[in-house]
Amino acid sequence: MEKLIEQFSLGLFFWQLLLFVGLVLLLKKFAWKPILDAVEARESDIKEAISAAADAKKDMENLQADNQKLLKEARAEREAMLKEARELKNNMIESAKSEAQEEASKLVAQAQAAIESEKKAAIADLKSVVGELSISIAEKVLREELTDKAKQEKLVESMLDNATLN
Amino acid sequence: MRSKLTVRLIALLFFLLPFLSIAGEKGTETDIKSEIKAYIQHHLEDTYDFGFYSYTTDEGVHKYKGFPLPVILWDNGLQVFSSSKLHHGESVAHVGDAYYKLDHGKLYKTDAEGTINYDEYHHATNVKPLDFSITKNVFTIMMVSLLLLIVFSRMAKKYKTSALPSGVARILEPIVLYVRDDIAIPNIGKKHYKRYMSYLLTVFFFIWTINLLGLTPLGINVTNNIAVTFCLALLTYLITTFTAKKDYWMHIFWMPGVPKLMRLVLAPIELLGTLIKPFSLMIRLYANITAGHIVLMSLIGLMFIFKSWLGSSLSFVLAFGLGILELLVAALQAYIFTMLSALYFGSAVEEHDHDHAH
Repeated sequence: MEKLIEQFSLGLFFWQLLLFVGLVLLLKKFAWKPILDAVEARESDIKEAISAAADAKKDMENLQADNQKLLKEARAEREAMLKEARELKNNMIESAKSEAQEEASKLVAQAQAAIESEKKAAIADLKSVVGELSISIAEKVLREELTDKAKQEKLVESMLDNATLN
Repeated sequence: MRSKLTVRLIALLFFLLPFLSIAGEKGTETDIKSEIKAYIQHHLEDTYDFGFYSYTTDEGVHKYKGFPLPVILWDNGLQVFSSSKLHHGESVAHVGDAYYKLDHGKLYKTDAEGTINYDEYHHATNVKPLDFSITKNVFTIMMVSLLLLIVFSRMAKKYKTSALPSGVARILEPIVLYVRDDIAIPNIGKKHYKRYMSYLLTVFFFIWTINLLGLTPLGINVTNNIAVTFCLALLTYLITTFTAKKDYWMHIFWMPGVPKLMRLVLAPIELLGTLIKPFSLMIRLYANITAGHIVLMSLIGLMFIFKSWLGSSLSFVLAFGLGILELLVAALQAYIFTMLSALYFGSAVEEHDHDHAH
């Protein structure tokens, strides 16, 4: 300890104090303040850039989600439109079919009615022909009666049989 | 093949060893020992000129290589003269009407013949003038300050053109950030650390640079002067004391959470503690660097004492290893001084919340 005190040099202490305090002040002005300020500015820039990037990423994700949603909606709409078209087509076919059916049945009915009336006409014709025939038969029978009575009866009978078959 | 050759070489070396060591012993060992001791002593002292090396010619004349520095004295007025007038203590300097002479590295006022009177403890009793000389250490401090100023102000200027560090800043910026993020902020806190940054950074780089310079063959040795470490510790103490908040003083004089009687006992101890903290800073830096220099120089000196292949190379290896260790110590002591200073500043501005609880 005594040696330490003896070794203590006031001049060195004076210069060290003067130079060191001067150094601290000069370095503060010309070095530490600008350096630390620049580093801090850079750090806050980096922080901002990182948060901006995160925001951009979030926006991008939102945008993508929106796109996905739009796409989904469009797909659903297309699906619906297709379904509607299909239904429309089916309906049209269905109605066309039923119309055709109706038309056909109408035609059939008309044809049937025509056939019926033709038939009736034919029957009426037939009736008149049968009448004429029976008259001619009756004529013939009347004529035959004169010759052979038995034969006449037989003829009438067979002719009548034929007539009923008609 | 190669290993065989190595074995043979080592065997040859061992065979030659006795001859070499015998050749080295010439019987001037005590001379060398005292010479080394004096050299180490001389190395640890401050000098009035900047010497690179000295030698003795065959005629017995001491030759010094280096350059003189100004001697500045306050002795009935300012006296300024070149240290070359002192002739390394070999002659009396005659300045104006006063005479000065060096004795054991210290400057004394003498008569025209340069007589130095000693007391019974072999201490010189001559008048010591008030000495503000630019000694070797002061010169080194100036150079280091200039170096730091140039390097760091250039580094600061580079940031104006680009936010990214370039050149030397690429190495220095991480260190600056280390001081900020790992020394200042954890110890002082985010709120107050900024006002201490200039001191902490300067103290760190100053001590580190000057410690590293002490390991160069220039023989510079600044931080083993108690005046230098005292000055640094004093600054830490003054900054701690003058930036301290109410809480700091309260913890010294009226420790909360302790019985009343204990507070009275604790107050002087705490008050003493505020002085012991910077005192330990001063002694730690001084002792570490001084011890490092003494041991390193002793090991280098051992090479000349052994004068044998084995002993000298062993002390060379030891000195080399210690040299590398001293590189670490140079940075470590700078770190410890900065770290502890930050810790003391932190305690000065710390705000405790237990005050509200009481």
